[in-house]
Amino acid sequence: MIVRFFAFLVGLGFVSALFVGFVMPRDKQEESAAEYVHEHMTLKPVHYSFSGPFGRYDRRQLQRGFQVYQEVCSACHSMKLVAFRDLEEIGFTKPEVKAIAKQWKVEVPSINDKTGEVSSRKALPSDYFPSPFPNETAARAANNNALPPDMSLLAKAREGGPAYIYHLVTGYATQPAGLLAKFPDAKTPDSLYYNPVFANLNIAMPPPLVADGQVTYADGTKATVDQMAQDISAYLMWAAEPKLENRHRAGTAIVIYLLIATALAFGAYRNIWRDMKH
Amino acid sequence: MSFPWAEHYEPKHALTKWIDSRLPLPRLVYNAVGAGYPVPRNLNYFWNFGVLAGVALTIQIITGIVLAMHYVAGTDQAFNSVEGIMRDVNQGWMLRYAHMNGASFFFIVVYIHIFRGLFYGSYKAPREMVWLLGVVIFLLMMATGFMGYVLPWGQMSFWGAQVITGFFSAIPVIGDPLHTWLLGGFAPDQATLNRFFSLHYLLPFVIAGVIVLHIWALHIPGSNNPTGVEVKGPQDTVPFHPYYTAKDGFGLGVFLILFAIMTFFYPNAMGHPDNYIPANPLSTPAHIVPEWYFLPFYAILKSFTVNWLWVPAKLWGVVAMFGAIALLFFLPWLDKSPIRSANYRPMYKIAFWILVVDVVILGYVGQAEPKEPNVRIGQFAAMYYFAHFLIIVPIINMFEVPKPLPNSITESVLHGEAAEAAPYGVGAGAAH
Repeated sequence: MIVRFFAFLVGLGFVSALFVGFVMPRDKQEESAAEYVHEHMTLKPVHYSFSGPFGRYDRRQLQRGFQVYQEVCSACHSMKLVAFRDLEEIGFTKPEVKAIAKQWKVEVPSINDKTGEVSSRKALPSDYFPSPFPNETAARAANNNALPPDMSLLAKAREGGPAYIYHLVTGYATQPAGLLAKFPDAKTPDSLYYNPVFANLNIAMPPPLVADGQVTYADGTKATVDQMAQDISAYLMWAAEPKLENRHRAGTAIVIYLLIATALAFGAYRNIWRDMKH
Repeated sequence: MSFPWAEHYEPKHALTKWIDSRLPLPRLVYNAVGAGYPVPRNLNYFWNFGVLAGVALTIQIITGIVLAMHYVAGTDQAFNSVEGIMRDVNQGWMLRYAHMNGASFFFIVVYIHIFRGLFYGSYKAPREMVWLLGVVIFLLMMATGFMGYVLPWGQMSFWGAQVITGFFSAIPVIGDPLHTWLLGGFAPDQATLNRFFSLHYLLPFVIAGVIVLHIWALHIPGSNNPTGVEVKGPQDTVPFHPYYTAKDGFGLGVFLILFAIMTFFYPNAMGHPDNYIPANPLSTPAHIVPEWYFLPFYAILKSFTVNWLWVPAKLWGVVAMFGAIALLFFLPWLDKSPIRSANYRPMYKIAFWILVVDVVILGYVGQAEPKEPNVRIGQFAAMYYFAHFLIIVPIINMFEVPKPLPNSITESVLHGEAAEAAPYGVGAGAAH
């Protein structure tokens, strides 16, 4: 009885505190320009060869995407978790990987093995992709105080995954006059670029893919902006999730095995209980 | 333990006799989960979830021990060591995804197990101790899950740790020094990460220990059942083995299929993308949310928006959030209805299903942005949560007319007997 009496009082305390909060008038909340734009935006779905439980990477697409990274993105974006040797997984041969590493624009920080002075050397297949800037301060200094994020995990670190990256790089636009009329404060600052896909609409990255033919694909595929955007986003998914194919293969085998085992377990269960009403 | 008609362990082989007279471990297992444990014959699939929780803990411990061989608990290395597991350790991606999704599945299974107990009145006499130990396990799981989420040292790890440890600073007077003492600093840093790793490795074994007590306490009165009517005789029970080992084997198969589908095909569906960004103390994420299994309690925390009765809103929220779990400890003494199963309690049954929907709504509000109508929905749902346990459940039996209970488990199983329709109190009560 005493427990229930105290519980009643405690319950009344919590409920009354919540009730007072519930009836309190709210400050009027203004919708922000970003909320308005995102509410009225529909993005077309992007199809990737690796989506779905049986999806596989398209190696030629990944190689094209790598080419876009190498020739465009890597000027500002690091990819610290991917090593040159990993490129063998997307279909490059050992000598090709060696050549790619050797010709990489940025060298690997090193020390002179005679004098001990700070130096650099050509990259090897065992090296991770060297970063375009030696540190965050240098990266910000070169990019109007914005930090280009590391791309290793980008496709998993954004809501929407690789499709988000596709829409972002193809999403640049001039700011609609209608939006400015509705939200006069939302004008994109001079140093930034309007991109309705980006969270706050104003992104520091200049449009990275500007013209068809910006990259000349080694496999002869026509390098439209749309094609390059698909390829780079697929490549970034591979960089973020290199074991996706192993995962899909193992998953398929394990689920089939478990289905059989569970069917047998169900048979055993029915057999044991056959004479027992329950 | 349990019933006099339980089968007795009789070693037949000379070796098993030799062992039994020196260390009767096979006897203990036989009596705990073998033929020596008589169980009501009418348990439905909701009784599979205790075993499934045990399996989930085992999966977590096995994958976790191997992960710990490759993980580095350092603020500058933790994130990259996890990525090293994902990329360079043989089958490391499988271990890590299994551990990550295993935590979610452990909570899914335990939440169903808890709601099973609420529906069928499994917390009532004589099983109060089983329930209390279960709430202790739940608390330990929450602590373990929280600290495990911090270990990869991603953005949500860091900021989740920042927010959740920040609750302690709401405590009057000692709050700030306590907060600093718990973290080993003014913000989550190396000292925090190291102690979280240590405790994250320790607590699962504490959970395993409390599970032993939980099962021990369960075996004194024996398992509850969907009618809530106590076992009356041998005809009401079957030996745990082979009857329930077979049924649990099937349930385990279904559990593993669902677990494998999520782990192998949707491994990040229950995680947050921000945790693939390394922790950055200088950059606050736009929207900090804890793991999904904390969301209903996080919603309760956020629902207290006004200072009330001289208590600041933040303290209300923290007290309410911990109180929302702590009140479960008092539940066996709050619910005075002698009827266990909600199947025979028409009003409680309605309140129960409202609670289920209510907790789902709180979960939604927990991850939603703090604007209208989300906040008011959350406040309304939180009101019901407390009202349910502290006001409605304690008094509902005064207004409720229970349905007639079956005379016994066997009679409820062998449907159609006249005795099943015996009025309440005549059937079950008179048989004692």
